Amino acid sequence: MIFVTVGTQGPFDRLVNTVDAWAGSTGRDDVFAQVGPTDSPPRAIDWVRSLTPDEFRDKVHAARVVVSHAGMGTILTALELEKPVLVLPRLARMHEQRNDHQTATARHLAERGLVTATFDEEELLARLEKLDSLARGPALPEAADAGLLEELRNFFR
Amino acid sequence: MKKLLAVASGGGHWVQLQRLRPAFEGLDVCYLTTDEGYRNHVAGARFRTVHDASRWNKLALLLQALRVLWVVARERPDFVLSTGAAVGYFALRFGKLLGARTVWIDSIANAEELSLSGQKAGACADLWLTQWEHLAREGGPRFAGAVL
Repeated sequence: MIFVTVGTQGPFDRLVNTVDAWAGSTGRDDVFAQVGPTDSPPRAIDWVRSLTPDEFRDKVHAARVVVSHAGMGTILTALELEKPVLVLPRLARMHEQRNDHQTATARHLAERGLVTATFDEEELLARLEKLDSLARGPALPEAADAGLLEELRNFFR
Repeated sequence: MKKLLAVASGGGHWVQLQRLRPAFEGLDVCYLTTDEGYRNHVAGARFRTVHDASRWNKLALLLQALRVLWVVARERPDFVLSTGAAVGYFALRFGKLLGARTVWIDSIANAEELSLSGQKAGACADLWLTQWEHLAREGGPRFAGAVL
């Protein structure tokens, strides 16, 4: 299953519609999307508006690939469950987010090999065509960096 | 046992907070978030919620602040820690006011500049951290590592 998710910050039709059009034209019937409060829900793929935290985790767990906005909740959950992540950042000029921090996040995480980043619909479509060869990033440790945890432990002492 | 109020709004901020849990061992932890659905992620710890609010809705934000104040006043934590966002900023402000020592860990989602709540929260944080080395600066946040 390919799990498409836009998180909880409102709809992200550019992402969902691109995947929907691709699934429609290629006949892929194993795509499931969480689309948020959108006015134009997908036609070809299965979808819901929102998921509870547990349902969300179950979907990521069941997915072979996660296709999402560049939100850290989704990315961290997908990496924890060892799934490849394909992201399209939300853009401020498209009114998808108040600023372009997702673009920065996507670029930095892609540099570290943790996600596959695309920056427009064309690039996303090109990656979708090669989805089955999408590699997952390195396994994520159980918790945050040891240095960060140590800093906190010292503070709490 | 010292009390920690660990605060994060739902979504990415909450997932980041979870990855810090090994540092909370030996503390009496109360979690404060904006989504009831996370309750069973922290079974055994105290768990409180306030409704979600974005900075675009002033009334919701004000009500959220009052509710956070109530939680902080009830909990009287020794430490308040947050990974964001507005709910965490309020918790740090009120925690500081009531004598707690405070930690702000700016979200890893802010790779090129600190979040708005992070810039404000930094001013009332005893420990102010960024998760990106290139954002650390004198008089601003330090870098000690990231959640991934």
